[in-house]
Amino acid sequence: MEFLSYMISGISLGSVYAIIALGYTMVYGIAKMLNFAHGDVIMVGGYVSLLSVTALGLPWWAGVLLAMLVCTVLGVVIEGLAYRPLRAAPSLAVLITAIGVSYFLQNAALLLWGSTPMSYTPIVSGSLSLGGLRISYISLVTIAMCVVIMAGLTLFTGKTRMGKAMRACSEDKGAAQLMGINVNRTISLTFAIGSALAAIAGVLLCSFNTSLMPTTGSMPGIKAFTAAVFGGIGSIPGALLGGILLGIIESLAKAYISTQLANSIMFAVLIITLLVRPAGLLGKYVPEKV
Amino acid sequence: MKKFVSLAMVLALCLCLFAGCGQESSEPTENPEATAPAGGTGEPAAEGAAFYFGAVGPLTGENAIYGNAVKNGAQIAVDEINEAGGINGYQLKFRFEDDVSDGETSVNAYNTLMDDGMQVLVGPVTTGPALSVSTLVNEDRTFMLTPSASSLDVVDGKDNVFQLCFTDPNQGMGSATYIAANMPEAKIAVIYRNDDTYSTGIYETFVAECENQNLDVVYEGAFTGEGASDFSVQLTGAQSAGADVVFLPIYYQPASIIFAQADAMGYEPTFFGVDGMDGILTMPNFDMSLAEGVMVLTPFSADATDERTVSFVTKYNDQFGETPNQFAADGYDCIYALKQALEASDANPEMTNEELCDALVAQFTSMSFDGLTGSGLTWGADGTVSKLPMAVVIHDGAYVSAENA
Repeated sequence: MEFLSYMISGISLGSVYAIIALGYTMVYGIAKMLNFAHGDVIMVGGYVSLLSVTALGLPWWAGVLLAMLVCTVLGVVIEGLAYRPLRAAPSLAVLITAIGVSYFLQNAALLLWGSTPMSYTPIVSGSLSLGGLRISYISLVTIAMCVVIMAGLTLFTGKTRMGKAMRACSEDKGAAQLMGINVNRTISLTFAIGSALAAIAGVLLCSFNTSLMPTTGSMPGIKAFTAAVFGGIGSIPGALLGGILLGIIESLAKAYISTQLANSIMFAVLIITLLVRPAGLLGKYVPEKV
Repeated sequence: MKKFVSLAMVLALCLCLFAGCGQESSEPTENPEATAPAGGTGEPAAEGAAFYFGAVGPLTGENAIYGNAVKNGAQIAVDEINEAGGINGYQLKFRFEDDVSDGETSVNAYNTLMDDGMQVLVGPVTTGPALSVSTLVNEDRTFMLTPSASSLDVVDGKDNVFQLCFTDPNQGMGSATYIAANMPEAKIAVIYRNDDTYSTGIYETFVAECENQNLDVVYEGAFTGEGASDFSVQLTGAQSAGADVVFLPIYYQPASIIFAQADAMGYEPTFFGVDGMDGILTMPNFDMSLAEGVMVLTPFSADATDERTVSFVTKYNDQFGETPNQFAADGYDCIYALKQALEASDANPEMTNEELCDALVAQFTSMSFDGLTGSGLTWGADGTVSKLPMAVVIHDGAYVSAENA
């Protein structure tokens, strides 16, 4: 019974990681860059949803929608201002820019909202009782949300024209452009989707943690990035698998081994996996053609 | 176009830098205004002829509620004293510096105050920074009285460092004794932060004392600073071990998360906190109903009916719009304890820091002080105070002493 309840908390935590990891993995797959500011977009989403409820008096679902809207715009603006001018630059320059954007967002949040943590009111509260097992509704909502998003994204990339354009860009940007695909618009769209997902992840994360401060997004951001690499960066099912496995490992390591070492164990598992499978669990290993 | 964009970005970055500076430097410019002797009566006799108390504590960041409470409480005391004619006829100057509860920042804040001519230090408010600063204070021979840094290490081996709060071992002992006396059958779980001296200090004495008192500790869960956002594992552990009392020797911020997550799990034990729990009621946007029934060990309860407490609580409410917690009372008491000692030693502001320090050390080790947080307080030569903790219960968003609940 205990074990089951650890598993459920691990899976729901992992679902949050998976949703965040999707943002990393999609952007990497298409733009071939690591968007380290992704974790901070989550934090912005959390603040917007909280403040629209407490300061503007909107109902919680409107707060979530507003957060998605703000984050989508933010994501597109970041891409347009910071990353697009560097499209031809070496990848290291883009990486440093992403770290810069991350710090920019954190410090802007510090100026706007202060460093005092705010208490976040969860979007759903209470728990479901199954025999001796108690599952909080927020865990169920998170898992359901993760499944819906995953199914939606798989359909989107597989069936729609925009989705096909995205896959084409990820395979070969130059060739895609020759076939008449607007690469810049496709990348903007990827950022928009990734950032809207970040807003949802922000709301779910804060509903778990019930606390919000300007650095809220950084640690989950790093863990989700780990999840994306673990599952195979660039692969959408990989992000899901990586996120959920990581959540379960974290939860079980905390429960049965040591609460202090949980993070170290998580990253150790990543290192071992990468030694055996350098492209991650579901990633494709593409040899460099010489 | 490219050039324009990169220029704009460089500009934005520069602005960020300056914005950062603005925030830092706004503190000192803000403070003198807030700390200038309030009240028109009894202006200082001459420029510079005033006692200068400096204080250090977190006004921003995770533990901001503690620092702000101390600052507000101390400010009330300073205003009262200045209005009543000062100490030995001299006015009192008070300045509070932010340290974000960080050791290095705290040392910088202390140095800023020293350069500014501070004579006596009230603070630092939290244990970690107090450890760093107390060593310096000991070398500089400036008198230090901390309102709330409760670790024994803060005062250990430093003859001029004193505490106004009860010590960590004292809190751990007090909690165990209280539980043994009132809930002897309790199955106890402890969730503590193991990279924090404050938390581990209380945890160790608590568990040791529980063994002495034959109390049943069924679960011990630790967390580290970084992991302080998900407690579902620790709570599940406590729940499945059958714990009905959860002892939380931690600060209010992680505690608020623990309450919310326990609530979401449908786990409803009696939570038992110590002085770090103080402040939870003034946390922005915190759902009060989560804290209903939480027990806190504190030397100060705002619902006490003695004249001084009532007057303090009313003033605090009028000026700051909230009910003062223990930290506010500690800040208030610090100023009055210093006043009593300065008056008894007939000190004046012309004395050097070292002379003041010696005079104050002599007084503190021999005097008995009545404050908001206890009467007949005395200090040992080791710097610790003798003070009895009492238990309060949170009811409808306010403390009620456990006997009345």
